[in-house]
Amino acid sequence: MTDVDILIIGGGPAGLAAAIAAHEAGCRNVLLLEREPALGGILRQCIHAGFGMHVFKEDLTGPEYAQRFVRRFHELGLSAQCDTMVLSVTPDREVTAVSPAFGLQHFRAKAIVLAMGCRERTRGALQVPGWRPAGIYPAGQAQRFVNLDGWMPGRRVVILGSGDIGLIMARRMTLEGAKVLACVELMPFSSGLTRNVVQCLDDYGIPLLLSHTVTEIHGRERLEAVTVAQVDAQRKPLPGTDQRFECDTLLLSVGLIPENELSRAAGVRVSEVTCGPLVDEALQTSVPGIFACGNVLHVHDLVDHVTIESTEAGRQAAKYAQGQGEAGIPACQMLQIRDGAGVRGLVPQTVCAGRVADVLPLMFRPAAVFKDAAAVVRLDGEEVLRKRFRILTPGEMVRLVVPKEVLERHAGAGELTVGVEV
Amino acid sequence: MSERTVTCIGCPMGCRLRVTLEGGQVSAVDGAACGRGAAYARQECVCPTRQVTTLARVRGRREPLSVKTAQPVPKALIFACVEEIHRACVVPPVRIGDVVVKNVCGTGVDVVATMEAGVGVRI
Amino acid sequence: MTQNFSDVLVIGAGVVGCAVARELSRYALRVNVLDQAGDVAEGSTKANSAIVHAGYDAVPGTAKACFNVRGNALFEAWCRELEVPFVRNTSLVAAFDDRDLAALEALRLRGARNGVPGLRIITQDEVRALEPNISRAVIGALLAPSGGICCPYGLTFRLAEHAAANGVTFHFERRVVDVARAADGLWQVTTADGGVFRTRAVVNASGLYADELNNTVSAQKLSITPRRGEYLMIDKQYAGTFRATIFQVPTPLGKGVLVSPTVDGTLIVGPTAEDVGDKSDTRTTADGLRKVVESAARVWEQVPAGGVIATFSGLRAHGDRDDFVVGEAPDAPFFFNAAAMESPGLTAAPAVAVWLAEQIGKRLNAQRVTSNVHHTATWKPFREMTDAQRIAAIADDPSYARIVCRCENVTEAEIRAAIRCRIGARTLDGVKRRTRAGMGRCQGGFCTPRIIAILCEELGLKPEQITKFGGGSNLLVTTHGARPATLGLSPERRASSVESREPCHD
Repeated sequence: MTDVDILIIGGGPAGLAAAIAAHEAGCRNVLLLEREPALGGILRQCIHAGFGMHVFKEDLTGPEYAQRFVRRFHELGLSAQCDTMVLSVTPDREVTAVSPAFGLQHFRAKAIVLAMGCRERTRGALQVPGWRPAGIYPAGQAQRFVNLDGWMPGRRVVILGSGDIGLIMARRMTLEGAKVLACVELMPFSSGLTRNVVQCLDDYGIPLLLSHTVTEIHGRERLEAVTVAQVDAQRKPLPGTDQRFECDTLLLSVGLIPENELSRAAGVRVSEVTCGPLVDEALQTSVPGIFACGNVLHVHDLVDHVTIESTEAGRQAAKYAQGQGEAGIPACQMLQIRDGAGVRGLVPQTVCAGRVADVLPLMFRPAAVFKDAAAVVRLDGEEVLRKRFRILTPGEMVRLVVPKEVLERHAGAGELTVGVEV
Repeated sequence: MSERTVTCIGCPMGCRLRVTLEGGQVSAVDGAACGRGAAYARQECVCPTRQVTTLARVRGRREPLSVKTAQPVPKALIFACVEEIHRACVVPPVRIGDVVVKNVCGTGVDVVATMEAGVGVRI
Repeated sequence: MTQNFSDVLVIGAGVVGCAVARELSRYALRVNVLDQAGDVAEGSTKANSAIVHAGYDAVPGTAKACFNVRGNALFEAWCRELEVPFVRNTSLVAAFDDRDLAALEALRLRGARNGVPGLRIITQDEVRALEPNISRAVIGALLAPSGGICCPYGLTFRLAEHAAANGVTFHFERRVVDVARAADGLWQVTTADGGVFRTRAVVNASGLYADELNNTVSAQKLSITPRRGEYLMIDKQYAGTFRATIFQVPTPLGKGVLVSPTVDGTLIVGPTAEDVGDKSDTRTTADGLRKVVESAARVWEQVPAGGVIATFSGLRAHGDRDDFVVGEAPDAPFFFNAAAMESPGLTAAPAVAVWLAEQIGKRLNAQRVTSNVHHTATWKPFREMTDAQRIAAIADDPSYARIVCRCENVTEAEIRAAIRCRIGARTLDGVKRRTRAGMGRCQGGFCTPRIIAILCEELGLKPEQITKFGGGSNLLVTTHGARPATLGLSPERRASSVESREPCHD
């Protein structure tokens, strides 16, 4: 059994930022465990640009963004163990891991930061009917094949779902010599960032078929074609709208799911909306001393937000490990954070107003597309903050900050809601 | 006088810009949340450019190397740039920022590595 | 004597064919097995409910009834010996109204006549005590304590491995096109690739195609209809929702939609029952999957849509005689059928294999051998090991410490072992079914690249040669290294996309 102050599970952008922040907060016994052979997480395969606009005021590619944190991580003398798979986490923060270099290991941590990221939704989860041939891949897996392994998954491609990875892969496959026939989206709007729709589809003349879906898979061995149909307002395929696309590859970009199997086994309560742990303003889960950040907490679309959130998680974990957690602060009334109209998946879910340092960041996804709308924060029904947006879409997470003074003015409030008002 | 709507890609906000064109020149840009919007709209309507990110081959290595054009290149040259990059064979060690292809397609823009290859040991 | 001579040629490497081959390997006989697919268990064996039935369904006196009950009794010992999972989790048949309750009583009596042990009818309260998550619409149930669950393809791999260890030879990608009696009295079996196999006896274990083989040599015609069943697989997160296999009172088309835990900790829901024209039509349909959920809802009110990790369908070999056809064809000596083995074919397989091997042994005057290998080495899954076992395994082979599939915690050592064993995996699906790598909630999203790389190393293949399940199911196209320098951009595309829409003025 090895004792560590802070154990960080996952060496992607979330884990790296949390480790650096914990170190900078004075923790010197921090260990990061990563299952891949190198640090950087999913950023290693995101060779496109668009990262770092908020954190560095620069437009970086994924590997470059990751490298800045990896370099800082090493400069600070932080230690990481790659090729290491965490097998279990217990509620009293004992962690079992396995790696070729160190075999089976047991750790006991004063604080744990969960930063395992997310996985992609699969065809099975979508229940697309038809054959089960080769050539159907989650877009992120195809991205890994192309960008890290140097393998091409196919030559004629249809993309189901307009999530960012799917859009990015439309361009990536095109630049690698494949023909992308269409990007098919069930909803009447794209779930990806606008800039990706413009730069990855429009630039290459790839049609975006909104309110469409794949209704059948053809091909016994390798994919041969897909049937695409238009859907009605209830997202049911409309008869007579079938189109057949002859293709050898179907990429799925239909959503990401936080990977919380370890968290659940540790007794961490998980939200049914975000699929990530329920956390408080310190990003602490329902298990004391276990913190969560990044895509394991809720699926982000900007890595910059992951970095900001994870820096906070690392700092809070350090506080906890140094014994300055909740113990030192007088108990205060808990604010319950609830999704109002047009809002989904607010994080955090509970807040102790007295423990908020300067501002309380709130993150959520709009439930639909709203134009010229306002996000309105209410404490026990009373409006305390209003921010206007030209456009709100489910594809772009919203981050609001509530100043501490606002919370103090309404001390004693029991419920905070955020809603969208048009 | 004509109007065109372009979507700003300067940041993830994705502002919808209404561009007024007079005689092939941009006379007004409306709807930008920041200063970058107007500049982008002018560029996009007159001479669109894109930063290209793609892969290059590395001598003695199966895995490809990720690269980018150090500045945006004319949109019409994207495929030509990618072809030239694919023809290159990078010799390791390579560090982030190392020039992989100089003056790609005569654009005056260099292609640089965005990851490391064959540098030291990984942890 | 040519290389392709055998005493017994088993056609079909599903659970029945492999079980028969393994039992035959106990005799001094030269045994060959042929299959049209590239691996064992590629037909009905890989896609069914994985239930070891108690035996109350079949009409007393039929082959189904007899082999079902005997097979059930053998299953536990077989699985223990072959080191594959088996759980006697009990079966329940749920009743929803008085007519169903009457049907349960009929089933109980039928089961008793078939020799099924311990059957009893339980009340709603008893049902709820056993299965707290069952729908309140269930008002009573038939409880069958001998009902169980197994891993059909896992069992088949181990049967094949054991058979191979005892001298049985397997030939894959050999589709039989003709069976004829040669002038010297031997059977001559011809395969699509021109292969000729001469043999004293034939075992027809060719599943959906068993009618065609039988009908080439026997006047006693058989007809097999592919009856498709669609299934949903539910994530382990819901493990524990049900402990027993829960059937509904059967209909003329079959046992209806069941809800059951699997030995892997997931839950299986299905199947539909739909006769299809094509013996390879394992498509899923929107209608079928909807029917599964609707029908299962009578037992499991809220089948969690978000918990579905896979959907698939399998084909049962439904025979026109409504019974198994097992034994020597009356008008074709030394041609043995194990045909029309629809449900409870899996359960019956051990009993059918033991009985057929005895018959064949007698007819060929073969002696039982004493030098038979009783145990073949297998690997223990890392996920099932204790800490002490893990430490020992890693000390022995450090690749036991490298997790490749993170959903199922499958290690590199297991994947290599699955490729290196006698009847080793050659494909992604072969690795998946032998190790569970890629079978978890991410469905191979993370581990596929690593498994492709391991298959390449072990088999000396290039990545683009690796297939999902053989044939033309290649996973990748030409790699970067092999790509022509011109990138293969078609002039048509270059002209049509960027340049033509956005002219550059300078």
